[in-house]
Amino acid sequence: MQPVVQIKDIHKIYESGEVPVHAVRGVTLDIAPGEFIALMGASGSGKSTLMNMLGCLDRPTKGTYLLDGIDIDKLDRNELADLRNQKLGFVFQGFNLLARTTALENVELPMLYGRHRRASSDQIRERAMHCLEIVGLANRFDHFPNQLSGGQQQRVAIARGLVNSPQVLLADEPTGNLDSKTSVEVMGVFQKLNEQGITIVMVTHEFDIARYCRRNLILRDGIVVRDEPVKERSMAEKEMDKVRLAEAAAKLTSGAHAA
Amino acid sequence: MHFINTLRVALRALSRNTMRSLLTALGMIIGVAAVITMVSIGNGAKVQVEAQVASLGQNLITVMPGSYSSGGMRGGFGSSASLTPEDAEAIANEVPNIDGLSPEVRDRSQILANGLNWNTNVNGVGPDYPYVRNWSIAAGAMFTDQDVKSLGKVAVIGKTVADQVFPNEDPIGQTLRIRNLPFRIIGLLSPKGFSVFGSDEDDVVLIPYTSHMRRVSRRTSISMIRIQAATAEKIDAVKLGIEDLLTQRRRGREPDFTVRTQEELAAAATQANKTMTGLLAGIAGVSLIVGGIGIMNIMLVSVTERTREIGIRLAIGAHGKDVLTQFLIEAILLSSLGGLVGIAVGIAGSQFISSYNGWPVVVPTLWIGISVAGSAFVGIISGFYPAYKAAQLDPIDALRYE
Ligand SMILES: Nc1ncnc2c1ncn2[C@@H]1O[C@H](COP(=O)(O)OP(=O)(O)OP(=O)(O)O)[C@@H](O)[C@H]1O
Ligand SMILES: [Mg+2]
Repeated sequence: MQPVVQIKDIHKIYESGEVPVHAVRGVTLDIAPGEFIALMGASGSGKSTLMNMLGCLDRPTKGTYLLDGIDIDKLDRNELADLRNQKLGFVFQGFNLLARTTALENVELPMLYGRHRRASSDQIRERAMHCLEIVGLANRFDHFPNQLSGGQQQRVAIARGLVNSPQVLLADEPTGNLDSKTSVEVMGVFQKLNEQGITIVMVTHEFDIARYCRRNLILRDGIVVRDEPVKERSMAEKEMDKVRLAEAAAKLTSGAHAA
Repeated sequence: MHFINTLRVALRALSRNTMRSLLTALGMIIGVAAVITMVSIGNGAKVQVEAQVASLGQNLITVMPGSYSSGGMRGGFGSSASLTPEDAEAIANEVPNIDGLSPEVRDRSQILANGLNWNTNVNGVGPDYPYVRNWSIAAGAMFTDQDVKSLGKVAVIGKTVADQVFPNEDPIGQTLRIRNLPFRIIGLLSPKGFSVFGSDEDDVVLIPYTSHMRRVSRRTSISMIRIQAATAEKIDAVKLGIEDLLTQRRRGREPDFTVRTQEELAAAATQANKTMTGLLAGIAGVSLIVGGIGIMNIMLVSVTERTREIGIRLAIGAHGKDVLTQFLIEAILLSSLGGLVGIAVGIAGSQFISSYNGWPVVVPTLWIGISVAGSAFVGIISGFYPAYKAAQLDPIDALRYE
């Protein structure tokens, strides 16, 4: 099968400061459809820089990037925006939901642009509602972000990333701000989506979290230093059961608990 | 993005920031309301002055003694009090295209009638006077040429005088004493109201000018001559004819009279008014501009405040154009909603002022249009720069913005 992402020897040099920063120094990578990749590495190793280029938010200084066979170097600003809208889903670091905008409206956002821009508001609403159901938040559709917990906000952000049925879902530290239990919940959502065929690339610092993925990449000083499949994969559902048992034992919760 | 969706997004953004939206629109409301109110008051004043000038008569020309230059009154020694009844007769006989003419001698004196006292204007005029002044007789009749020739002791009185000295009676046929001379009342003028200069026109007693000069005031000259030209087109010709004739009659002496057309009077009366209206409109315009700057300010602040929002929108597929339209629509919505409320407030304000102190207020439809268009325009202008700035943002920079 043709890889959805093909990058060949890409570099990123930031010229903004006094000294140019060579953040990514020649990464070559193929990602096949259905992969689930964790991108790891020390702080400053270039993970976010690489993710931004994968997400077509930033252009490489050097090298080629084919997304689903399309050379993104040949696209202008608007074509790039349409590409992001149609083929990619983002889960940004720190949620990046619109404040004073309900969960449902946040999820609808990508459908207001791109190829859906002619869709009726009912169709948009229905699809957004469906995505909220996938992440288990349909009952909170009319809540504002400041009325949601961190994990719930993260799940709204995931639903927003899904709404245009992307080929690749990109998530930069999706569990960065979450406690371990909520992190497992989020990884559970990712695993379910991946099983349905969505390609996922996520950044994480935590080895525990990386083990929910299928393939781990480690970046150091802008170079991929390790690229290996995950051997003993953690499964979110099992981990959740363990957590529940432990909680019941410690009587941290009383009776059935809410999501 | 679909236009309806853009509109919905813009409306949502405005309604979720109610306080900010209201305060911004307030600038616009005050601006537009000020324009409407000021112009309404100005227009009302203009209409009133026009009505008063029209009430002087139609196609009117006045001749006054003394020569007036723009610097003020100029008159050689002994040249005052120079307009005579003979001048008036000469004009009536020799200048063509005159429809009516009346000399006028003005005086103020005490009158006595029905056992009541009243101090009023006693004016000596000709029989054409009501016609020239476009002033109808409510009851009885005006005196005639015969009365003028025979120094008749007859009078026509105004409404105010009738009310004062004959509160409960029909004045026609009654006797009125001016300086102890009895005059028979033969006519009652219809009410006319106040003059351009604010005096009560109905507080008047009219008697033949000949009787006035020989029997009452013992003056040898008249205060003015009022002439009605046959048509509006003939006014200038008649004015020239009068000036030529009077100059000729003075045989080389300095001209000691002034001929004015009604148009010139009206121009003088409306000039001050125009200046005031202009000033008011200017002030109002400034407040409109301040309102616009307020909107621009808020939109700029909101672009900075919402940099992240813009970044998110751009990152998930919005084109620069979508962001531009969204911000433009927000600005236009704010300013035109502000404009509409401003119009309502302006009209209400004008009505209030008019009912409160009795000024006539004319709400100008043209200016309503101008305000609506103006406020939308201000919205576009003041919204464009911030919107353009937002649309140019790089998604990655906007997302990084703290
Ligand atoms: N806009 C920029 N201008 C200049 N230098 C930058 C910019 N963004 C990142 N860098 C530099 O590039 C290098 C890689 O940064 P990057 O954000 O990709 O690291 P990271 O691996 O995501 O780190 P972290 O785990 O802390 O998020 C760093 O040295 C950083 O200082
Ligand atoms: Mg990072």
